[in-house]
Amino acid sequence: MQLSAVNKRRWSRFKLNKRGYYSLWMFVFIFLLSLFSEFIANDKPYMITLNDKHYFPMFTVYPETVFGGEFETETEYIDPYVEQLITEQGGVMYWPPIRFSYDTFSVDLGATVPSAPSATHVLGTDDFGRDVFARILYGLRLSIMFGLLLTILSTIIGVIVGACQGYFAGMVDLIGQRFIEIWTSVPSLYVLIILASLFSPGFFVLLFIMLLFSWVSLVGVVRAEFLRGRNYDYIKAVRVMGLGPLAIMFRHLLPNAMVATLTFLPFILNGAIATLSALDFLGLGLPPGSASLGELLRQGKENPNAPWLGFTSFIVISVLLSLLIFIGEAVRDAFDTNKKSAVM
Amino acid sequence: MVLSMSSHSSVLLDVHNLSVSFATDGRVSEVVKEVSFYINEAEIIALVGESGSGKSVSALSIMQLIRQDIHTQKGQIFFNQTELVNADDKTLRRLRGGEISMIFQEPMTALNPLHTIERQIAEMLVLHQPLMTKEQVDERVLQLLEKVHIANAKQRRKSYPHELSGGQRQRVMIAMALANNPKLLIADEPTTALDVTIQRDILNLLCDLQQEMKMAIMLITHDLHIVKRMAQRTYVMKEGNIVDHNTTSQLFNKPAHPYTRHLLDSVPSGQPNTYQETADPILEVKDLRVWFGLKTGILRRVNDYVKAVDGVDFDLRRGETIGIVGESGSGKSSLGLALIKIVEAKGKVLYKDREILQLSQKQMRPLRKKIQYVFQDPFASLNPRFTVGQILLEGLNVLFNHTSKEEKQYKIEEALTSVGLETHMINRYPHEFSGGQRQRIAIARSLVLQPDILILDEPTSALDMSVQQQVIALLKDLQLTHTLSYIFISHDLEVVRIMANNVLIMHQGKIVEQGNTQQIFDNPQQEYTQKLIQAACELHAL
Repeated sequence: MQLSAVNKRRWSRFKLNKRGYYSLWMFVFIFLLSLFSEFIANDKPYMITLNDKHYFPMFTVYPETVFGGEFETETEYIDPYVEQLITEQGGVMYWPPIRFSYDTFSVDLGATVPSAPSATHVLGTDDFGRDVFARILYGLRLSIMFGLLLTILSTIIGVIVGACQGYFAGMVDLIGQRFIEIWTSVPSLYVLIILASLFSPGFFVLLFIMLLFSWVSLVGVVRAEFLRGRNYDYIKAVRVMGLGPLAIMFRHLLPNAMVATLTFLPFILNGAIATLSALDFLGLGLPPGSASLGELLRQGKENPNAPWLGFTSFIVISVLLSLLIFIGEAVRDAFDTNKKSAVM
Repeated sequence: MVLSMSSHSSVLLDVHNLSVSFATDGRVSEVVKEVSFYINEAEIIALVGESGSGKSVSALSIMQLIRQDIHTQKGQIFFNQTELVNADDKTLRRLRGGEISMIFQEPMTALNPLHTIERQIAEMLVLHQPLMTKEQVDERVLQLLEKVHIANAKQRRKSYPHELSGGQRQRVMIAMALANNPKLLIADEPTTALDVTIQRDILNLLCDLQQEMKMAIMLITHDLHIVKRMAQRTYVMKEGNIVDHNTTSQLFNKPAHPYTRHLLDSVPSGQPNTYQETADPILEVKDLRVWFGLKTGILRRVNDYVKAVDGVDFDLRRGETIGIVGESGSGKSSLGLALIKIVEAKGKVLYKDREILQLSQKQMRPLRKKIQYVFQDPFASLNPRFTVGQILLEGLNVLFNHTSKEEKQYKIEEALTSVGLETHMINRYPHEFSGGQRQRIAIARSLVLQPDILILDEPTSALDMSVQQQVIALLKDLQLTHTLSYIFISHDLEVVRIMANNVLIMHQGKIVEQGNTQQIFDNPQQEYTQKLIQAACELHAL
C-alpha cells in the first residue's frame, strides 16, 4: 500500500516522537505475544510422537486410551502418570516453554498457595495454584481484545451519532446534545453493578453494557468537525451538485473528522482497558476463572503476604496503560500540523 | 560596515540583503531572497507583488515578529541605526508599537473581541509610556479616536469590536498603531477586506495622518491603484526578489522590468458579450425574499426578521450576464444561494416557466445541472482530499447516473480542456494547483454538467490581478461557445463593467437601481449608486 504524501509526513512526525514510536513497537510485540498465548503457556504439548505416529493435542482432543491409559476422557498431559505412560512406550512430548495454561491448577506444588516464584512458576502462583505468568499472558490478550472491540464499536456509534448531530444541526443536534448530557450524568458504575447482577456478565454482555456508556466519548469531537465542515464552500458546492446528505457526510465530511477521531482512539482504548480491570478488581467483571488482570490485582490486595501477585499485576497494568498513553501522544503529534518537525 | 544607504541622513529604515527561509517537514524554502530596500523619514513607499511573493514576510521581518517560525534569517535591518536582526527581545518590545507599528488586513481578527476598544488603545500607551497618569491616558485615547474620525468618540470608546463596522474597526486599529507617535507605520493590505467607499475613506485618512504626523508608511498591497495614489516610491516583488524599484510615477509611466509591465497590463478592460435581448427569459425572479427570523424570549418566537434579500425581481436571458453589485452585507450572496435552494427563500423563481422554489430537494435534482454555482474562494471550494477527476465526477455520478463510465471520462476531459487545463492533470490534488488554476477547476466542475446558467459569486476577488484577467477572459469565451447565462455577483465595479450587460445595485437587501450597465455607470440616478461609483472612480480611476 502506498502512503499518500500527507500520511508519509504524519508517519515521520509520529516517528519523531521516539517514546511513542518505541511504545508502539513494544505494544505490538506484547499484543502479538499474547495472541499466541496458547503456544507459549499451555498445559498441552505441541506434539507427541508415539509409535511413529504424531499427535497434536493443542488442536485435537485425544482420550487417554489413545496413549494406553484407562479413561475415556481427555488426556491430562501434565499428569505425571500420563507422562510416564508415554515415555515408557518410547514416545516423546514436545512442550511449550511454560507448561501451564491460565486455568491449570498445579496440584503438586509442594508449597502452600499462593506460592512464591520458582523455576517452574517464574512469577509464582495465585491463591488457586494457577501460574501467574500464564494468567498475565492470557489476561493481556483478553484485556486488549476487549478494549479494541469496545473502542471500535464505540467509535462506529460515536461517529454516526456525532455526524448526524453535526450535519443536520438544529433540532437534531439540540435533542442529541441534551440526551448526551443526561446520559453522561447517569452514574455508569452503579448501572454497571446493577446490570451485572441481572445478567451473568460474560465477555459480550460486559462489552454491551460498557458500550452503552462509552459511545458518547467521540460524539463531541465528531460533531464539532461536522458543524464546522458543513459550512465549507466545497460542501456547499457538492450540495449544488445534488448530492444527498449521506454521500456528503461520509464521502466529504468524514475524512475531516477522522484526524480528531484517530487522535482519540488510543485514549479510548486505554480507558476501556482500565475500566475492565477496575470491574474485575471489584469482582463485577468477567466470570470467575477468566484470565483477567483486574482479578489478579484483587488477589494481590487480598494476599499481602504474596507480594509477587500485587507487584506483577500492578507493573503489567501500568506498563500497558503507559504504552498506550505514549502512543496516543505520538499520534496526536503526528496529526498536529502546527508542530514543527526537526529539519532532516 | 559600509551600507549602501546608511550615509543618507534621513534614512529611517534600511534593509540590506535580507533573506528569510522557512522549514516545513525537512524542506527548507527561501521565501525572501537577498532583498534590500530603504525608507526615508516621512515617506510612503509601497511593496507590491502577487500573493506568495514574500512581501508580507519582508514586512514581518522588520518587526522580527516571525523569528520563532523561521528557519534562517540573513542580512541586516537597521532602524535608526539599531540592528533589528537578532536584536534582544527588550529592544524589540520597545520598538514594536512604539516607534514602529503595524496595521493588518483583517480588522475582524486583529482586535481582541473581549476588551473594549478604549482598553485596547490604552494598553498600547501604558506599555510604552508607563509614567502617564490615568487621566492623561483617557484623554489621549479620546484624542486618538477623534483623530481617526470615529464619530461620538466619547460614547463609542466603551464599545466592543463586534459593535463596530469593518471600517470603524480598521480606524480603531489605526488609532492603536498611532498611539505612541510611531516613526514608521507598516500597513499590510490595510483596505483589502473593506468595501470601496470605506477603502477610499481609510486611504484618505492614512494620507492625512501621514501628513500631519510626519511618519513614514510602508504600504504592502497587491492593488496597483492604491500604490499609484499613495506611494512616493514603489518596490515590485516577485518570488521573493525585488525585481523593480523606482519612484511611483516613473514606474507607472516607464516600467523597466517585464514583470512590472505585466502587472500594469493586467488591469481589466473590454466589453460585455452581446446577447439576444428580445428572446424569452430562461430565468424569471419575482419578489424574491430571504428573511432570517430573529427569535427572542423563552418561547423563541420569531419577532423580527433580518431581511437579507427583500423583494428582488429580474429576468435573465440566454447568453446574458447580469451583474449583482453591492457592498458586503447587502444580500447579494444570499440572493445567489437562494436561486439554487441552498438558502430558503420566498417568492417566485421560474426556470423556463417552471417554478423551482416549491420543488423538494429530490425534484430539484434534475434541475441542478442546469443552474450551477461557482464560489468565491477556489482554495475553499474544492475538497482537498479529492483529485481533480474525482471532483468533476462527483456531480456526474449524481446527475448523469445513466451515462457510461467512458462517456463520463470523456465529459470530464472535455470540460478540463475547455477551461484551459490539460487532461493529464486529472489525477492531481487541488493543492498542486495555483489559485487561478483552481478557479478553472471549479468552473470545469460546473461546466461538466452542461448548465444553462452559472451563478458566479465573486469568482475573481480571491485571485491576483493578472490571474483575474485570465479568468475573466475564460468566462467570456465560455459564455460565447456555450451560450451561457451568468449571474455575476461582485463588489468590484471594474470587473462588473466589463462582464455584465445589465446590473442590479443592491443595498440592504433591496435593489436600489437596475438597468443597462453602461447607462448606470455613466449616469447613476440614485444617491447610493452615485456614491458607490464615485468612490470606485476615485480609487481606480475608472
